[in-house]
Amino acid sequence: MTVPIIALRGVNKSFGPIDVLHDISLEVKAGEVLCLLGDNGAGKSTLIRLLSGVHQPTTGTIEMDGKPVSFPSPRAASDNGIATVHQFGGTFPLMSIGRSFFIGVEPTKGWGPFKIYDRKRANAVAVKAVQDFGITRIDDGDRLVGGLSGGERQSLAIARAVHFGARVLILDEPTAALGVKQATHVLRIVNEAKRRGLAVVFITHQVMHAMAVGDHFAVLIRGAVAADFKKGEKSREEITDLMAGGASMASLEAEIEGYMASHDGHPPPPAH
Amino acid sequence: MSSITIGGLLRRPEAGAALGLVAVLIFFAIFGGLTFLKPAGMSSWLNVAANLGVIAIPLGLLMIAGELDISVGAMVPFGAMTVSVISGHYGLPIWVGVAAALGFGVIVGLVNGILVVKTAVPSLIVTLGSLFAVQGIVLGLTVLITKSTSVALTVEGPAKAIFGDFVLGGQMQVMVIWWLALTALYIFFVHFSPFGNWIFAMGGDKVSARNAGIPTDRLTIVLFILSATSAAFVGMCQAILYNSAQVAGGQSFIFNSIIAVVVGGVLLTGGFGSVVGIFFGTITFAIVTQGIYYTDFDRNWSSLIIGVLLLGAVLMNNTFRKMALSYTPKKGARA
Repeated sequence: MTVPIIALRGVNKSFGPIDVLHDISLEVKAGEVLCLLGDNGAGKSTLIRLLSGVHQPTTGTIEMDGKPVSFPSPRAASDNGIATVHQFGGTFPLMSIGRSFFIGVEPTKGWGPFKIYDRKRANAVAVKAVQDFGITRIDDGDRLVGGLSGGERQSLAIARAVHFGARVLILDEPTAALGVKQATHVLRIVNEAKRRGLAVVFITHQVMHAMAVGDHFAVLIRGAVAADFKKGEKSREEITDLMAGGASMASLEAEIEGYMASHDGHPPPPAH
Repeated sequence: MSSITIGGLLRRPEAGAALGLVAVLIFFAIFGGLTFLKPAGMSSWLNVAANLGVIAIPLGLLMIAGELDISVGAMVPFGAMTVSVISGHYGLPIWVGVAAALGFGVIVGLVNGILVVKTAVPSLIVTLGSLFAVQGIVLGLTVLITKSTSVALTVEGPAKAIFGDFVLGGQMQVMVIWWLALTALYIFFVHFSPFGNWIFAMGGDKVSARNAGIPTDRLTIVLFILSATSAAFVGMCQAILYNSAQVAGGQSFIFNSIIAVVVGGVLLTGGFGSVVGIFFGTITFAIVTQGIYYTDFDRNWSSLIIGVLLLGAVLMNNTFRKMALSYTPKKGARA
């Protein structure tokens, strides 16, 4: 059995008297996608912040390659190869693709105090990195990031993380704000990252998206892991049901589907 | 962009400022003739532009980084008064006065920067506080020390030539040379060195910039030091030039430099702009305020022109920024 790249062992997190996470144990291996499902307020964001070094666990440990590690700062986490991509890509809308790709690690040419930013090289590397992920529509590194679609921005951010040696990719609701087609793009890129051997933590509340890429699923409810299962072990209805924390959501869906089936595919009229 | 195209130029941050400058030049050429472009006329607005520009560029960089510094309005008289009290009233060597004026600039900038970084209070409020605090210090200390609100200063020798003299036939202030040299330096650091990228990133998204490893706190403090020290420098040079310093004055620099920066295409919320744009914006502002003297209009109308210019420039800059954002290269347009 391979050692997981990153693992949480009995992690608890509380802010003052409020317990946010209880006894979380999860692990992700290389080339595996862990889907973290949960309703709003289930503790997903706190879990991400623990993994990306924004917060530290109150008790319990985070392990990388089987060894306990601690991330006192986001920088420490990224130095360990953990990259977090947020919902809106965490990029700079009014900067060019090349400049935002190399933020903080600008390539330079020249010598001494006359080192200048190497725009051509930055643009070329950035465009190639994104195109390698299958986004061929991006071909000019001088374009502003804000001019890209939501999916392209996500892809740029993921490509950037991978380019700079990320081993663990944390995707915080990457598809939440996207249309169907854009979301498909992002899911394809998640698969590509997985193929390259990254460990991916994919946070979402869209079960369909999770099922498209996930190998392993964990459902968080009120700060605890309510279910932990592998691909194919549970159906979509069961997962939705778990996320909603009861039978209500699944039965609502079944009701609507039943109505649609018996009414030529029309949804039920709004209740008055 | 491998070749220069009209579209490419219009998408640059300084496009609006350049067009505004052209419009203003045409306007005054029609109504005032070309006198203001001859050497004597030029130095009148170049002097205004230089004093404003030395402050406007660091202020513009702060605005690109998402901050604002209005305490420059108090730093100008503070710099002037410091050098005059030390080297005029007490008669100490001029270099002591120069070092003290710039040193106080660094200290006020440091305090502004640390307060903004540590308290997360908006920088407008922090520097509004330091604006009044420094004004109070200048007035209080000057009256306490000299029993007057105006202090004379006589400077000769190299210090006079470097900081406060006239060059090229005796009408152009040496500040113009400082301004041009500093502009060139800023252009290098902001647009060519890697550090410039950090300023834009901070203004674009501070949290992401910090996560990407940019020392955002330190950079913010450095920018505040730069703007306060630049303002103190301008005040100091004016005192050396005019051989005296007054406790009042300097407030006009607050709005004037913000106008120059905004006309220059800097986005008020940060993340977008250019040094060249601020440079154009400064010249535009100076020509409007000085060019009016070469026309038959009453000079009181110049504020109207500036107001219209500001609104026009902001609208134009918004349009160009949208163009830049929505720009997609046409398929097959490039090899």
